[in-house]
Amino acid sequence: MKKPLVKVDVIEASSKNSKMKSRRKFIKLGGLGLAGSSFLMYSCSEDDLFDPGGDVGVPDPEPDPDPEPEPDPVFDLGSGDVGILNYAYALEQLEAEFYTRVREGAYYSGAPAVEQELMDDLYNHEVIHRDFFKAAITAAAGEENTLPDLEFDFSSVDFDSRDSVLATAMALEDTGVGAYNGAGDRIADETYLVLAGKIVSVEARHASAIRSLINPNSADFAGDDIIDENGLDLAYDPSEVFDIAGGFITTEFTANNLPEPMTGS
Amino acid sequence: MSIIKLLDDFTSEKLTTKSTSRREMFNTLSSFGKKAAMAAIPFGLATNKANAAAYFQENSPVDALQLALTLEYLEAEFYIMALESGVLEGGSREETAFMQISKHESAHVDFLVAGLTNAGATPVDKPTFDFTANGAFDPFNENGIGQETAMAQLLALAQAFEDTGVRAYKGQAANLMGTPFLEPALQIHSVEARHASEVRRIRGLKGWITGSMRGDGMPEATQAVYDGEENVTQGGVDLTGLTYENDIVGNVSDAVSEAFDEPLSGETAAAIAGLFIVNEDDN
Repeated sequence: MKKPLVKVDVIEASSKNSKMKSRRKFIKLGGLGLAGSSFLMYSCSEDDLFDPGGDVGVPDPEPDPDPEPEPDPVFDLGSGDVGILNYAYALEQLEAEFYTRVREGAYYSGAPAVEQELMDDLYNHEVIHRDFFKAAITAAAGEENTLPDLEFDFSSVDFDSRDSVLATAMALEDTGVGAYNGAGDRIADETYLVLAGKIVSVEARHASAIRSLINPNSADFAGDDIIDENGLDLAYDPSEVFDIAGGFITTEFTANNLPEPMTGS
Repeated sequence: MSIIKLLDDFTSEKLTTKSTSRREMFNTLSSFGKKAAMAAIPFGLATNKANAAAYFQENSPVDALQLALTLEYLEAEFYIMALESGVLEGGSREETAFMQISKHESAHVDFLVAGLTNAGATPVDKPTFDFTANGAFDPFNENGIGQETAMAQLLALAQAFEDTGVRAYKGQAANLMGTPFLEPALQIHSVEARHASEVRRIRGLKGWITGSMRGDGMPEATQAVYDGEENVTQGGVDLTGLTYENDIVGNVSDAVSEAFDEPLSGETAAAIAGLFIVNEDDN
């Protein structure tokens, strides 16, 4: 099922010119904006749906009846704890969608039972995380402040290939661990900090399992490539996370108001 | 300070040092951010503010780190002794894992000792450990239980220690909020989870905890490590009643419990560690 990714009525009401302008502005200013291919897809679907054959640059014949400034059609994750929750929700959407597709691919259907079971578990956990965040953020901050359902581009993943699936799973799980670890010091409410803690350790258990599957009988489950000499795991800033995960996300959104770390660490 | 004293502090500190506010405690620690901008947003999720406030006064960031250090001492010594015991076969998966885990646990000890010292606190002394738990186990085959049984006990204890570590750090996270120790504590926390996952797999289990099951072959004495893990209510929402956009495979309650690890209170974590600590006062 395909859901509208943004508030389309808002877009439709605005003139094409101002729309383009605001998008350019977004690309310039949005430090953490996810642009790239998402920009193309976004603008394509919009044109197809709402302005077929419309000439770019021709002024809108009907002036905008709404005198209010045009609202930004690109979803921003928000500020404070809501922003962090939406940030986590984006990652959980990505992981849940990934494992959903894994289970539809030839690697999964031909995998040994133990690997199928592992993928089933990871799929379960990520779907639960995703839908939990959706319910929690919606209840807490309202649907309008909840990140919409994202669309993804997994064309770089070969779901028929064990190597490709496991390598992607490892990247996503490790990134998830680093993202939660780096977000903890930005959370104001202790309930949310503990919730993030409840999830991040499960992500770390996943990462360990995938790493073990890739390189059995090795130290890779907590390898020197990710654990530093103090025995500390990854901790990523949101910008680093979007650098890694952004390539899979086609829906445009911004993360311009996420809270800074409390201690500057 | 012994673990017993630390445990006492966890329960009695509120009475004796009520005046040490979080703010004062912060001032004793190094390099705090200026932003006290704790702009808490009024959320619909159950926050349980009253309990949280009481907990904060009861447990300082320093006590949280001392508890963490105690657990790291325990783990570090356990793995060193395990690797020296000859119970693990050279080059085996078990030895490979234990060597990597040992490296991390020893690093955690050094890291926490340095962190506490830099913050002006005196790190707790390393307790005297008894990994037989008063004769209940013989994980290093010191008392002739036999290589195979010793190995089974070694792995069972490793699982219990790692799963305890994950829960204990999670339980202390809130006490470290607003301090420069929160992020490294979280970074240690997820390393413990990676360890736990691998040790569990070596023992033939899944890397995650289903319900409150300690898993096949785990001594009943370790059940305290898993009690409470069966929780399926998060943020006030019973997640077994949620409508999932994609179907959950198998039992929803099991899956939900696996998807979230649960914290342990400082008291419970200290009590579990206490099983393996020789109380010097008794001798």
